[in-house]
Amino acid sequence: MKDTIRSTDEVMGDEAAPVPGAQPVWQRLRLKGRLGDFIAQMTAAGALIVVFTFLSFASPDFLTTDNLINIIEQNAVTATIALGMTFVIITAGIDLSVGSTAAMTGVLGVELIAHGMSWPLALLIAIGAGGIVGLGNGLLISFTKLNPFIATLGMMTVVRGLTDVYTNAVVVVGPTSVLGPDNFGVIGLGKVAGIPVALMILVVLSIIAHFLLSRTRLGRYTYAIGSNEEAARLSGIPVKKYLLAVYVILGLLTGLAGMIAVSRLGIGEPNFGIGLELDVIAATVIGGASLFGGQGTIVGTLIGVFLIGLIRDGSVLLDINSFSQNVIIGVVIWLAVFWDQFRRRRISSLSS
Amino acid sequence: MQPSLRTPLIRLQNICKRFPGVLAVDDVNLDIYPGEVHVVAGENGAGKSTLMKLLSQVERPTSGTVLLNGREVPFVNPQHAQRLGISMVYQEFALAPHLTVAQNIVLGRESTLFGVINQRAEVEQARQLLQRVGLHIDPKRIVSTLSVAEQQLVEIAKALDIDAKLVIMDEPTATLTDQEIIHLFSVIRGLTAQGIAVFYISHRLDEIFQIADRVTVMRDGKVVATLPRSDLDQQKLIRLMVGRDIQHLYPKPEPRPGPVMLRVEGITRRGVLHQCSFEVRAGEILGFAGLIGSGRTELARAVFGADPIDAGSVWLEGKRLSIKSPASAIAAGIGYLTEDRKRDGLAMTLDIAQNITLTNLPTVASWIDLGKEERIAVRARDRLKIRAPSVHRKVAVLSGGNQQKVIVARWLEAQARVLFFDEPSRGIDVNAKSELFELIGTLASEGRAIVLISSYLPELMNMCDRLVVLREGHIAGELERSQFTEERIMALATGASEGDML
Repeated sequence: MKDTIRSTDEVMGDEAAPVPGAQPVWQRLRLKGRLGDFIAQMTAAGALIVVFTFLSFASPDFLTTDNLINIIEQNAVTATIALGMTFVIITAGIDLSVGSTAAMTGVLGVELIAHGMSWPLALLIAIGAGGIVGLGNGLLISFTKLNPFIATLGMMTVVRGLTDVYTNAVVVVGPTSVLGPDNFGVIGLGKVAGIPVALMILVVLSIIAHFLLSRTRLGRYTYAIGSNEEAARLSGIPVKKYLLAVYVILGLLTGLAGMIAVSRLGIGEPNFGIGLELDVIAATVIGGASLFGGQGTIVGTLIGVFLIGLIRDGSVLLDINSFSQNVIIGVVIWLAVFWDQFRRRRISSLSS
Repeated sequence: MQPSLRTPLIRLQNICKRFPGVLAVDDVNLDIYPGEVHVVAGENGAGKSTLMKLLSQVERPTSGTVLLNGREVPFVNPQHAQRLGISMVYQEFALAPHLTVAQNIVLGRESTLFGVINQRAEVEQARQLLQRVGLHIDPKRIVSTLSVAEQQLVEIAKALDIDAKLVIMDEPTATLTDQEIIHLFSVIRGLTAQGIAVFYISHRLDEIFQIADRVTVMRDGKVVATLPRSDLDQQKLIRLMVGRDIQHLYPKPEPRPGPVMLRVEGITRRGVLHQCSFEVRAGEILGFAGLIGSGRTELARAVFGADPIDAGSVWLEGKRLSIKSPASAIAAGIGYLTEDRKRDGLAMTLDIAQNITLTNLPTVASWIDLGKEERIAVRARDRLKIRAPSVHRKVAVLSGGNQQKVIVARWLEAQARVLFFDEPSRGIDVNAKSELFELIGTLASEGRAIVLISSYLPELMNMCDRLVVLREGHIAGELERSQFTEERIMALATGASEGDML
């Protein structure tokens, strides 16, 4: 086992001999190493391009502005949550409560608006409510040391239950006056200069998330904790604090996603988002995040979200029924994880 | 016993194994005779472990043949190799921790009646096998409650159960104490007396001379020589292994102890540590000796804030520290290199640079300064001679010695003035070991206080200026360098009187 470590090392060792002027070689290798990191993403991106190209030819309705905007609006909720889920999954955690939380915050927001609150304030409160759920998850996981799966499974049920208790499982309808793209509906349906607001929100959030993850202390520690939590702790990283932060971030984004969902119709649906958490996790995994932690990127996750989105959209256009859609998406998840493991095995056959 | 007059049990003919980019085993010819202990020596990367995997059919050779009692063996899988009587005792144990000893021993070969396992027969069978390896424990015990040494003996018992003709052992003594090693060796002798061949990988030179009948030295995938033990001495063996002379296995600088750097008083952790006190001076290398489980690692972790303590105080340069977590110990200037790099030292999915800056990330308003990070990592790589073409390689692909250097670099970056090295040479080859000890010596002579924890006495006796010996969570004694003898250390470590040890 160890022999192979050394073998690769020896290969590297030769090139690494401190020869003056060897800089270009290192740079070349470094570039190669970085490209290697993107292979998983490129595979998903390749699949995205293939599906996109295929649908462009297969259906005349696919490559139209209306349909493309529709795809973005349809997937804005999943994408927003998936950005936060990427952080959580990189820490080797998981959050099953996001579907329930999105339903809860949506209902809460509509209810507040129905009671006369201005929609921007209701939006902020709904986001905050999502953050509180995230805080609960984070506390259960980092301080009570519950397994993330169990902690958030419980939270999923509790939050859904609370929403049902409050609404008696009946939809909450907001005043029609706030509907439409000029009012509350702007987040889900609005356009500025022909560009959907949902897309702009997503782009801005994605850029922030990407830089948080790749360029800040928070991001680095997210990877370090997921890669080896004990090593992170022994390196002086306040692991609990960062775990807490990561779940709160996901909670806030979920709160926003819940409001995006209800802004289109102005109706808070207590049953919204059942199974949404699985779509989000699937997208993240397809994008190259590892449930074992330490791996994943925002770009990958977005590719994952829209790959699933394209498959769903294309299935509708090509008249494939929704049951078959699910079969296709399930197979895509298998392929993504299978590819990931194959890659991992190749790396570990070189290392351990 | 003229080996050439007997038929070899196993004969390897022109065996090659090629991995992408590497010829791991290069045209190896080797005979293993019944009843011999055949040691394979060589540095990491020499191809030893790959050779074992070819024998145990975990890997398929690229070319060449393996003969068993003169007949060619087809390559199928590890189960097939077991049926042929080739059994492997893994370096990292392959037992199911939640099952009992007996269940593990017969795993995969349970005797059943209408599909129901005959538990009584299983336990009886296990009891007999355990007796053969000198392990007197209840076969119904859960494996995870056993010590490492006991688990290893269970693995050997398992090998006996399949009627092994060849037992392969990969660095079996890596985690054993001296006492346990002596027992293991007597078990090995018991096996060879029954005509079983033992194929044994080791890094430890003294051990090779204790146990080997014949030694095959490998380097760069090739067999350099196969010699009877009597034709070898330590210098010659090292020369064959590394291809050149290594003058000093333990390059120890002249000690120049300065003022007391770290003073630890009365550390107590209920049931683990009792009133442990010691001090280390700047420029000094202090050793922690003791048996496994004597509290060496626990004491280091307690000082470092990794585990909570019930009483005691830590003073650095005369100032009392309040250490509540590793973060506060690091802030004060204390570093701890853990015993198990992979388990709690490295973030394997991160690259070299990211691992180096883990304790001390260069940031500007919490944004990572990537340029500075790169400069830090490149400087550390050049200073510590970390062999990697780029600091953006994943640490997972580095050798043990280079991984260890990455962690040292991390602590130097954290400005640690006190460094605890817990078993730093584990899983590192001879060459890298000598380099690592040289580095430890340099760090000490630069004025840092070093604490070295090791289960291997020659390391401690050669590298340390002073030794603290622990026994059952107490400080059993302290020895100055002039007082170092193996007998004295073992007497303190075991609580026996010195005379008993001789």
